Amino acid sequence: MIRPTASESPAVSQLAELAATAKSQLDAHTYETVQWHFHESTGSPFWLEKAKTYNFDPLKEVKCFDDLKKFPHFEDEWLRGGPINRWIPKGLAGKPAYVFETGGTTGIPKSRMVIEDHWIDYENFSDTLPDEYFPRGSNWLMLGPSGPRRLRLAVEHLAQYRGGICFCVDLDPRWVVKLLKKGKIKEAEDYKDHVIDQALTILSANHDVKCAFMTPKLLEALAMRLIDQGSSISESGIKGIFAGGTEFTPQWYRTCREELLGPDVYITPTYGNTLMGLACGKPYDPADNYKITYYAPQPRAVIETVEFKDYNQLVGYGQTGRVKLYTMTKELFIPGFMERDEGERELPHEKYPWDGISGTRPFHEYAKTTTVGVY
Amino acid sequence: MFDIPILRFGQTYESMEKQPVFHFDTGEAVAQLHQATGAMVKLDLKKAQKARDALRAIPISKLIEICKSAATMYLEETLPCGSGSLSPAEFCRLQSATTGLPENMCAANMRKNSFVLSHMDEVLDALTRGLPYEVLEKGYGKESRGVMVSYQATTPVFGMVLPNNSPGVHTLWLPAIPMQIGLCIKPGSQEFWTPYRITEAFFKAGLPREAISIYPGGHDVGGAVMTDCQRAMIFGGQTTVDQHAGNPKISVHGPGFSKIILGDDIVDHWEDYLDVMVDSVFANSGRSCINCSGIWASRHTREIADAIAQRLGPVVPLPPDDPKSSLAAFTTAGAAEAMNTQIDEGCRAEGVTEMTAKYRHGSRLEKRERCDYLRPTVIHCTGPDVPLANTEYMFPFVSVVECPQNKILGQIKQTLVGTALTNDPKFTQQLLDATNIDRLNIGTVKTVQLNWLQPHEGNIVDFLFRNRAFQDVPPAAH
Repeated sequence: MIRPTASESPAVSQLAELAATAKSQLDAHTYETVQWHFHESTGSPFWLEKAKTYNFDPLKEVKCFDDLKKFPHFEDEWLRGGPINRWIPKGLAGKPAYVFETGGTTGIPKSRMVIEDHWIDYENFSDTLPDEYFPRGSNWLMLGPSGPRRLRLAVEHLAQYRGGICFCVDLDPRWVVKLLKKGKIKEAEDYKDHVIDQALTILSANHDVKCAFMTPKLLEALAMRLIDQGSSISESGIKGIFAGGTEFTPQWYRTCREELLGPDVYITPTYGNTLMGLACGKPYDPADNYKITYYAPQPRAVIETVEFKDYNQLVGYGQTGRVKLYTMTKELFIPGFMERDEGERELPHEKYPWDGISGTRPFHEYAKTTTVGVY
Repeated sequence: MFDIPILRFGQTYESMEKQPVFHFDTGEAVAQLHQATGAMVKLDLKKAQKARDALRAIPISKLIEICKSAATMYLEETLPCGSGSLSPAEFCRLQSATTGLPENMCAANMRKNSFVLSHMDEVLDALTRGLPYEVLEKGYGKESRGVMVSYQATTPVFGMVLPNNSPGVHTLWLPAIPMQIGLCIKPGSQEFWTPYRITEAFFKAGLPREAISIYPGGHDVGGAVMTDCQRAMIFGGQTTVDQHAGNPKISVHGPGFSKIILGDDIVDHWEDYLDVMVDSVFANSGRSCINCSGIWASRHTREIADAIAQRLGPVVPLPPDDPKSSLAAFTTAGAAEAMNTQIDEGCRAEGVTEMTAKYRHGSRLEKRERCDYLRPTVIHCTGPDVPLANTEYMFPFVSVVECPQNKILGQIKQTLVGTALTNDPKFTQQLLDATNIDRLNIGTVKTVQLNWLQPHEGNIVDFLFRNRAFQDVPPAAH
């Protein structure tokens, strides 16, 4: 926690107060979430069963966020296979549910049951978008993975929430991973072209598309194609892009802003996954030298940057560690999941008065064996 | 520490991502290499024609003069290198520091690159088969025998994804510049020194800066070079070769599997050729695709293997600045150990004998704190089907394979350089007809003794230009 000292400026003092308030809210939210997920009347079959294996009573012994360290780490393998219904809290029984998947190129994918979380996450995210570049009522292009992916429905909801309609493309990332693993680079490129063809068709059809979600690679591919056609993202009518889904480096961000998009198109990086939801990037500031810092949507989700050898120990600010995620919504409780990424711990920001993370990239122990950024 | 930026068609560009490059033995960071992105490459390549236009503004004869001036500067002068400058000796020291190649070999490779630059007129004359420069400059013209020909450039810039193993490979792309084709280079992460130095020599000699781009970076950079250059060369392992096989836009350079074949007519005098065999295996620490990795004969193979082993077995690693240093270090953690394990496994098979073990007085693998060495290894194989009979490793390694002469050409598979020691006209004709041999030497030519007037894995002129029909008057009535 940040504690102001006598010599600190009012801004620092104010930030410390904001951070303290956020911490209190997080503690309260943690308590409520644990009560919900572990109470016999509202909890999910999964957590009620799991609680029987613990040597502590979550209902009585988890009173604040730090108490979550009493739980063993969440193993994402638990998400493979069914029955999916074991994840539905009794308190939400009977509501229409979705299932979103991650992975799945081979074998059984990890599944997350969702009822309304993706809507809530993206409605909260919507509040961070500047209306100037994401005009309300304008239509959207969703240039990312389709199928059993959270992104597709979430972005569509974002568009609807902001009064627009979302146009989507067909994109199966599992097929792209298979092509790359077989060394079929040309076929993967052809598939990318196929996706861009779909996007260009939408953009050329007079649908008043002004906003878009794009993965960095597809944004790049679309921008290049438009340049080849003597046009640009800006000329296509798009004013605001929120990008995410794959690694987003500062240099790429810079090339994107300075050379691919130009000054008329706003781009905001995001970081997230099916389990956590969506972390926003700190607003662009030239003084940051294109450093991208993400902040989780606390208190619904929390990002910690922890030591590689002790996942319960935070690293110092500016130090490198592995990403640890917590999700605490009515629909899903994840008390510390070790993400396959690493990065540097960042100080709270006035807009997001809690810890952030920058420089996210594949966890170095996995980086050499993982096929990343396929779409 | 040298700070080495990206070069974007002549403009230096400071990246936000920099990769430190370490001394292989001391661990000292000797340079930081700015990292490009694939997007940057793709964007720049949309303006690639400017590189060619700048070169086409200069006559080929003048570009050849620039090459010759650059040859001297590259070899002898202190030239800029990123944030600093390097004398030739400093260049060799740093190149050795990051690649593990002994300094004397770095100097030898400098001489090789300089030689090609300084003989560029002869190289072009040979590779174009005497084409008047005007034909390449204008796109058409008449040969000396009065026949109209047309050569159309297939690309404004020549893309390349370069390796780390040996600085000698740069000889292959040098002729592009005098043919007025720009360069789009992704250098090796350890051997970026030569492309930067040659480029600085070119600039100092008068080449327009917009002719050359150099993009250090990761896989996305290599991917962008390969997909967005109309013609590109790539170096890699067999997987890379298989991946790009048959793609007319890609010139792929993989393992050489270069060989020496002793014909039945001379094999009883094999001692006369021992130097040819040893040098072919051992030169440049066995790092090149042109190093001999297989010696094939119908008899005396065990004696041949034993004689080579006697010469190479005792060779030990020496400090990189020792003029007698002849073994390069493996700087990638685990690479030498993996090869060593593979060789040990191969040697356990029936018909495979390591001949160097008894002369080595130590193990093949020498592990150091930050690097490893593999000491020369000679294997005897009783036939072509046993393990290790058709293998190549990036150190002085050779399999001496016993095989009847009439079966050799059917068994040796793809061979980059084949030196055939024979005077038998019938076998010579069979060798000339063997399409699995790229560069054929008949006679006492070491596999590493390349004549730069000969094409290498395809003619770069045919790769960068299309010989097509052109008429400016109707043909004679017929």
